[in-house]
Formats: sequence, C-alpha cells, structure tokens
Amino acid sequence: MASSDSTPIPVAALRAEKSHARIAYEHSWIVRFCHWLNTLSLFVMAGSGLQIFRAFPSFGPKIPQHDLLIVPKSLALGGWLGGALQWHMTFAWIYVATGIIYVTYQLISRNYRQPLFVRKDVAGVWPMARHYFFFGRKPTQTEVYNPLQKMAYTSAVVLGLLSVVTGIVLLNPVQFSFLASLMGGFHWARLWHFCVLCALLLFVLGHLIMVILHGWNNFMSMLTGWKRNPEYLP
Amino acid sequence: MPDNLTSTTSRSLNRRELLKLSPLLVIGAFTIPRARERLLTAGVGFTDWASAKWFRRNHLAPTFADSGVTQLDKFYVNTYDVDDPGVDLEKWTLTVSGDVKRPGQYTLAQIQSLPKLTQNTQHICVEGWDVIGRFGGTRISDFLQYVGANPDAKFLYVECADDYYESLDMASALHPQSLLCYEMYDRPLMREHGAPLRLRVPTKIGYKQAKYLTSLRVMDVVPKVGYWEDQGYPGYYGL
Repeated sequence: MASSDSTPIPVAALRAEKSHARIAYEHSWIVRFCHWLNTLSLFVMAGSGLQIFRAFPSFGPKIPQHDLLIVPKSLALGGWLGGALQWHMTFAWIYVATGIIYVTYQLISRNYRQPLFVRKDVAGVWPMARHYFFFGRKPTQTEVYNPLQKMAYTSAVVLGLLSVVTGIVLLNPVQFSFLASLMGGFHWARLWHFCVLCALLLFVLGHLIMVILHGWNNFMSMLTGWKRNPEYLP
Repeated sequence: MPDNLTSTTSRSLNRRELLKLSPLLVIGAFTIPRARERLLTAGVGFTDWASAKWFRRNHLAPTFADSGVTQLDKFYVNTYDVDDPGVDLEKWTLTVSGDVKRPGQYTLAQIQSLPKLTQNTQHICVEGWDVIGRFGGTRISDFLQYVGANPDAKFLYVECADDYYESLDMASALHPQSLLCYEMYDRPLMREHGAPLRLRVPTKIGYKQAKYLTSLRVMDVVPKVGYWEDQGYPGYYGL
C-alpha cells in the first residue's frame, strides 16, 4: 500500500530554463521505453489475436458453429493463422518483458505511489468522473495524477497481468491446468482472453482521448520525459 | 529536493535520444522481410522452448466424466485433404524402424495385445475450438518398450496413409497418457478419425494427433517436423 502521508509526492525534478518556463522531469527513460514498446506490442498482440480469432470466430461449439463476429481483414495482422501465431508468440515476450520491467522499476524506485490507485482515492473518483462526463466543477488537484487517472492506470496494469495469465492458459492449458480450471477450462479462458482485450482497448481509447484533450505536453512528456508548465506546480 | 536534478546533463540526453529510437528500431527490424522472418521464427522457437520447459513428465492432462464428452457427431473431422485415404484395414501393418531393437511390420492385433488405456480427454485445435473425446489405445511408452526403442532417442516420426507426417519429442511420446489410439467412443477407430491407428497425445495441439498411421520411426534427427509445422506452425506446441 502507499505511504500514509497525505502530502503530494513531489515530481522527480524541477528546473528553471532560460525562458523561465517551469519544466518537470516526469518519466524516467525506463518508463518511457516500456510504455512505447509495450504499446507497440499491445497493438501487435491485438492485431494478430484478431487474425487468430478469424480461424474460429466463436466461443461456442465447433458443431454447430455460430460465428460471433467476423473481424475485417484490415484489422488483422499476420495474413493467416500460422503467420498470426508467429507474431503473437513473438510479441508476447516483448509485452511480458516490458510489463515486468515497468512494474519492477516502479516498485524499486517507489514511483508506484504516483499512479497506484489506493483506498483513499476512492472518494475522489466520482467528482472527477462528474467533471469529465457531466461537466461538473473540476476538483482541486493535489497530486500528479487524479483519482480517476490512478484508477485507469492501475486497472491497465491489472488488465495487462490478466491478459498474460489467460494467454498462458491458452498456450499451455495442460501444464497450467490449475489456472485453467480457475477460468473454467480452455474454452472459457479463450473468452476471458478476449474480454481482457476489449477492456484494454477501452483503456487505450480513454487514454488517447485524454491525451488529445489535455494536449501536447503530456504526449511530449512520455516521449522525452520532460513536461513544460505542469499543471500541478505553483 | 529533486534528486535527478544533477543528472540532467547532456550524457543522459544522448542516452535518452538513443532509447527514444529503440521502439522505432524494433518496428524497423520487423519491416525488413528477411529480418522479420528470422525474428518471428526466433519468437516461436522461444515460445516452444518455454512450453517444453514447463512440460512435466508426470503431470496429467485433465480427464472428464462421460457426461462431459462431446457427442461423436459433434466431434469435428479435420483433415488436410481426404476424410478417407482408403486404407486396406485387412492388410494394414505399422512399419517400425529407426533406433529400435525389433524393427518390422506390426499388426493391429500385436498393438492391441498390450494393455489398453481408455480416457476422456480434451482435443484442442490450433484454430481455437475444442472437443472432449473418448479415446482408447496402447500407451506409446508400452509399444516403444515392446519394439525395443532406445528411450534416449529424441523423436518419434510418423507417416500416414494420406501423406501427412508428424514428429513428436520423446518426452511427450513417453507421457503416460500418450496413446497409439485404435478406439474412439468405445468403437474401432472410424475411417474419418484415422482408422485403424492414430496418435492421441493430450499434451499436444490438434495437428500433432496424426491419423491413418502407416510408419513409425525412432530417431534423433527428423527429416521434417510435420505437415503444418513445415508451413510455419510451431514445431513443439505442447499444451
């Protein structure tokens, strides 16, 4: 759990530039490196996963087969089932590695306290959601990330973990038969894997909308590490 | 106070610039066809390697109650060309060769003289569908002992009446649930399911379950990996 102090965690660095612009170092290179490689691998996993799904686009029985949805070829990656499996089985490792490095770094650097959603954030979720979705008053921001943001980032990490665990069950349902049985077997694990994808894509959509709404500075900060005139500095 | 303040020199800027490029380098490598092919082959190889590491010799695949078994007419028949390659069941024998003490032609009666194991296990297709079938047959490990196979050999290599072929690593072949299957649903193997003999290895993906077996070789180096594997599917694909 996060530390008991209620004071906001200071950003890592702060310095004055010639122009007297205030600038903060927000994301270390490890975080940015993992963010972009993980993003890339997530899209490869989604695209190749959809191509794999095209081979049997159903969660029901093979006989009779009722196709749930036919994924358009343009969204699929790999060209054919074998090709898609190659992409999926390759980028899975980049996806897992960047995820592990990110979480480990956050724990060791104790940076996890910034994005980790904890009990004290619960109360702040609704006011923030009201602000975003129903044009309510914007709550005063006391930390780098607002409670809704923290909830989103924390759930993204949890979803990432779930995508890997359900994926492992699909790859090795016999060796991980215990995990498989927790999910209701191979058949259901396939559905959970798909549900996790949908949830992750929802996160990405929300994330992109926020980046577009809140501008270039956030995007540049994830690219270079530095943010100009951060809103949380006096 | 900010602890990274002092490290924001040009040194870290250079490193930063370099790292910024690394995802681009990954994308770049995957856009060059030759590099992409090698990277993807390596990725599949690593996945297969991990699956083989996770494989436990005595960890059993789940078995299911009779009530959970998929009806026979709902057991999808997947073949790569014909449902029935027209095997003459009267004259059929299995040709055994390679690293074995007693190579030769083995009849179905000889295979059936060994202890029979009947189990309800899950059959999972690489396409994503799955069925639970009832399979009966001789343990591959028993048969290999019967023909005097070298248990330290690396692979089994089987050929089929329909020109399909497959390889199986020895650890998977010796697994206690791996069968030379001659019965499905307590009936002699039907033609479309591979009569008279097929592989039934519950620790492997569907395309490894070769049907209409005609020959079985014990070897260290296989001539080919398998019909689908040679077109780009994973070679090990343990479940």
